[in-house]
Amino acid sequence: MSETNGQLVVDVRRVEKNFGDGPDKIHVLKQVSLQARTGEIMMLVGPSGCGKTTLLSAIAGTLKVESGEIIVFGNALQSMSGGALTRFRAKNIGFIFQQFNLIPTINIAENVGVPLLIQGISTSQALKRSREILEKVGLGNRWKDRPTKLSGGQQQRVAIARALVHEPPLVICDEPTAALDSQNGEIVMDLFRQVARASDRAVIIVTHDNRIFSYADRIARMDDGEIIDVKEQPQQIAHFEHEHAIES
Amino acid sequence: MDLTSMVVLRVHGHPVLLFSRMIGLALKMLFGDTAKYLMLVAGLFFATFLIVQQASVFCGLMRWTTATLKNVAAPIFVVEERVEQVNETNPMRDTDVARVRSVSAVRWAMPLFSGIQRVRLADGSFKTVQLIGIDAASLAGAPGRMIEGNLQDLRLPNTVVIDELATQRLSSNPDDPSKKIKIGDQFEINDVEARVVGICKAMRSFTGGPYIWTTYERALQYTPQSRKMLTAVIAAPLEGMTSEEAAAEIERTTGLRAYVNQDFGSNPRDTITAKGKKYGDFNTSTVWWYVKNTGIPISFGTTVVIGFIVGVAIACQTFYAFVLDNLKHLGALKAMGMSNFRLSIMLIVQALTVGIIGFGLGLLATSGFALGAIENGQPPFYMPWQIPVAAFVAVQIICMLAALMGIIRLSLYEPAMVFRA
Repeated sequence: MSETNGQLVVDVRRVEKNFGDGPDKIHVLKQVSLQARTGEIMMLVGPSGCGKTTLLSAIAGTLKVESGEIIVFGNALQSMSGGALTRFRAKNIGFIFQQFNLIPTINIAENVGVPLLIQGISTSQALKRSREILEKVGLGNRWKDRPTKLSGGQQQRVAIARALVHEPPLVICDEPTAALDSQNGEIVMDLFRQVARASDRAVIIVTHDNRIFSYADRIARMDDGEIIDVKEQPQQIAHFEHEHAIES
Repeated sequence: MDLTSMVVLRVHGHPVLLFSRMIGLALKMLFGDTAKYLMLVAGLFFATFLIVQQASVFCGLMRWTTATLKNVAAPIFVVEERVEQVNETNPMRDTDVARVRSVSAVRWAMPLFSGIQRVRLADGSFKTVQLIGIDAASLAGAPGRMIEGNLQDLRLPNTVVIDELATQRLSSNPDDPSKKIKIGDQFEINDVEARVVGICKAMRSFTGGPYIWTTYERALQYTPQSRKMLTAVIAAPLEGMTSEEAAAEIERTTGLRAYVNQDFGSNPRDTITAKGKKYGDFNTSTVWWYVKNTGIPISFGTTVVIGFIVGVAIACQTFYAFVLDNLKHLGALKAMGMSNFRLSIMLIVQALTVGIIGFGLGLLATSGFALGAIENGQPPFYMPWQIPVAAFVAVQIICMLAALMGIIRLSLYEPAMVFRA
């Protein structure tokens, strides 16, 4: 199951992040280090407020950190300008949000095509590519529907299609199954597994959902702004899953 | 080489085609939120309507103040030296006609009487009218467009030519078309008989009374006597001279005030004096007199400003709410790699679109109002091209303010916020 010999794509080194100032200052990330490689699904887990979403935002290049280094595909994010970071995200990162964040006033094919439009692909090409990828996630016949007509599971599949349409080497997911029932959660995670395995791509998932831990190649457990441990082997994951189930 | 690779025009580092692709998305987001879209359009519609309609009624009213200048189509009006506007009558001596005629730059000069008089109707009630007395021989200053009758009949005893409004206003029953005044009907002006020999088209006067033309001598008979009765001398320049040159020569020779009669606007003879601007055109001078000495501009100006404020309030508030509602989607676009600049372009396109649609509908409604006003002859309505242009600029300023509020809000929104559900 594990593909630990993949290429290193995300290298987080001793990252610190604070929110607020003075007495209200909150130390959210404390000397956090983490790696992610191609061909694997890395999960960040931990209690609410432990800093996992902050770490995910920093890796995605949407949040500046106070110190440390975040190197993604050999690029040090903290040394990039705002414009360069924006272009870097557009090209290299696919995003999947907890609430899907699909635009309700356009159809799902148009939603899926947005990352291509951002990159300057023509509208007709973007729609063609969108429909192809919607076929792959099983929604090819629904491309004209607006997101509000779809179930939560279907909307998340649209969000996955949107995250993959421009073939980014890194996919960032924030609680992808939080709004889904177990059946839809499994469908979505199967898709993730295909995504991670099918190409030289890394998938980083922040989740609370212990139902999906078995899909991870590695699980990094966080608490109070620190990485407590990283479990890599399938047996360890199974043990972790059991442990976490008891804790929760 | 495809079209995308041929793009040469770049804005802020982005090929223009990139923007065109996002414009479609921006418009779909806008039209998809029907409630807010309609609210935005309605706000800008009302703003446009208030601004254009009120400004046009104001211009129409100001135009009515110069109605005598339109109805008495003489190129030069010579008046008493302190007169600033055409409805002000400082009588002159009859000999002033001869003095003006003696000026070498003048081709012809004729006396003119203009004053408000009372007409007694058949049922004994009274109406005020604008009485114009013109030279009987030349008929200089006569109405330009007769509808019925013969202008030459004005030389017959006790005769007058009335305008269309008078046929209704001087009727015993204005609501009954069969009772309209017609040729041959009689009424009294200050107890002196007047017989209608012609009906003409004329611009309505500022006071709302109809225009009645008669000869200069008869006009003096219709009017209570005073020592000086001449209102103005109307004149024309000698061939080869402009009205401005002739007017300047009349002023220099006679010491009287000579205005040219042209459309409202700047004039070569407009000069700055120690007391302020002195206008060489009687239309301009008349309009500015009303602007400076009456509360009319403030009244209409207030409504125009209210229209602008209503537009700003509704458009800015609604557009801001629209941006807030879409913030998580716009934030997602930002996280996915869309720059602040391109997102700002999207918001500007959305704001401009509702601005253009709201302006168009507002202008359409104003045109409907204008048709009704023209049909009924009131309220006054005159829309020079500057009004819709200014209103369009005002509406687009409103839209830009609305877009700016959205842009500020969006630029403060960190893309990382999109991860916080």
